[in-house]
Amino acid sequence: MPAERHAAGPRPRRTGTAATAALLAPTYLWLAVAVFLPLAGMLYFSLLTGVPAPHHPAAFTAENYLAFVRKPYLLHVAWRSLALGLWTTGLCALIGWPAALALSRAVRGRARDAIFLLTILPFWTSGLVRVLSWTMVLADHGLLDRALGAVIPGWRVSDLLYTFPAIVIGLVHAYLPYMILTCYVSLAAIDPALIEAARGLGARAPVIFARILLPISLPGLLSGAVLIFVPVIGSFMEPRILGGRVGVTMGTVIEDQFTQAFDWPLGAALSFTMLAAVLLLFGVLYGASRLRPAA
Amino acid sequence: MRPLARAWLALVLAFLYVPVAVMVAMGLNASPLYALPLHFSLHWFAALAGDDAILLATRNSLLVALVTCVVATAIGTLAAVALARPDLRGRGVLQALLLPPIGIPWLISGTAMLVFFSWTGIGRGLHSMMLGHVALATPYVVLVVGPGLKALPPNLEDAAKSLGATPADAFRSVTLPLLLPSVVAAALFAFAVSLDQFVISYFLATPGVTTLPVLIYGAIRSGFTPEINAVSTALLAASVVLLLGFARLAGVGGFLGRR
Repeated sequence: MPAERHAAGPRPRRTGTAATAALLAPTYLWLAVAVFLPLAGMLYFSLLTGVPAPHHPAAFTAENYLAFVRKPYLLHVAWRSLALGLWTTGLCALIGWPAALALSRAVRGRARDAIFLLTILPFWTSGLVRVLSWTMVLADHGLLDRALGAVIPGWRVSDLLYTFPAIVIGLVHAYLPYMILTCYVSLAAIDPALIEAARGLGARAPVIFARILLPISLPGLLSGAVLIFVPVIGSFMEPRILGGRVGVTMGTVIEDQFTQAFDWPLGAALSFTMLAAVLLLFGVLYGASRLRPAA
Repeated sequence: MRPLARAWLALVLAFLYVPVAVMVAMGLNASPLYALPLHFSLHWFAALAGDDAILLATRNSLLVALVTCVVATAIGTLAAVALARPDLRGRGVLQALLLPPIGIPWLISGTAMLVFFSWTGIGRGLHSMMLGHVALATPYVVLVVGPGLKALPPNLEDAAKSLGATPADAFRSVTLPLLLPSVVAAALFAFAVSLDQFVISYFLATPGVTTLPVLIYGAIRSGFTPEINAVSTALLAASVVLLLGFARLAGVGGFLGRR
């Protein structure tokens, strides 16, 4: 870099380059040591037969990446993770988009600021404790059963805890604020005059929704979906606590490889397979959004 | 439509706050078995004072968060300043490199850190948690401070330099004071990110050295006491103060754009 600079610019520019590099170095060196080298190291581990030790040198193998072929139950587990991701993302969109619309158009001024802060405040409570609270709400004869029992005569138990829906409820609760935030940012950018004009020209609510609100807020909806889908696919704490025995996901299987089974190479390979699947999905989505004629 | 919209918003907020309310209520309930009706008691808060494991884990959490906050804010602000320079080459690549720590599932970065730190002899414990948390928080700092820099009037530093200030002086006495709200907001954000971080701490914790979230996870899986609710309530109160500070400094009101 300095050599190129030497030819390109006079001396002051060069000291400027050195200063810029000095400003950037701490951050990027830190990221290299704590993120990029570990990822590279894990890629290396995923190709080994075992954890290398002084007297047990490990050999290279692609065996770990064949886990899905060798252990068909993993396909089932992967499908459950995918289903969790789709259900959670879908419900967050269905609940969060209207909430963002309401926030941007039905409340004003200080009330809006207050509700906005209330929406992001749960982020600042421990996610673990929130999940634990859900176990108290959803348990047999827990708070939900008591509340429903008070309203519906003869209500006995909802039997929700340790089921797939319980995991989805906990995850939707954890990630809903992301969707509200991203949708709100794009919905708030819509000029109210635009909607008034459409209404003045005779457009009814469904048309305003389909032709104005949805297209303009689509980027917010999509970025919310990405922000939710990626961590949900990798979640392990929520499925374990709320799902009990049905809570076996890719996340918990990977966790087990590192904390129980100590099969690091297999855990690493599963992590990279998951990462590759997520990247592939986004690549396809991105490609598809590019192919469409510009709206 | 407006009453319907408001009702929906109220329902969503209720859904978001049910578990938080349960947590606070159970922290203040006398019964250890979450029995109802509620009997108000500060018993669990008093019990906290005698629980060495929770106190130590809380201290560790605060220590890691404080170090993360200071280091990430310092190096992230420097990087944001460099990234804002108009003649910077490779800006796109440098900015893209900030995304993996945020975008890759924590499960993957956490296990990767576990593998790499164990393998290289860096080991596990508070120091490697700090290493990991700083890497996680720094990109956020750059993303918060960057827009703050852009909002500054251009050429202020040049004006200071033409009046004889060295570049370092110009930065210290002109840019930094104007940038302070963004920097403080970023610092609060970094602190909060670290304080609630569970996944990376979980993989880097050792049996004797844990943080509060890691301890809570263990407690949920073995036996659980309402003291956890009490300590979480205390943390929530602290978080509210931090968040309100963040909102003031980052100007959430301005960001929302009142119409």
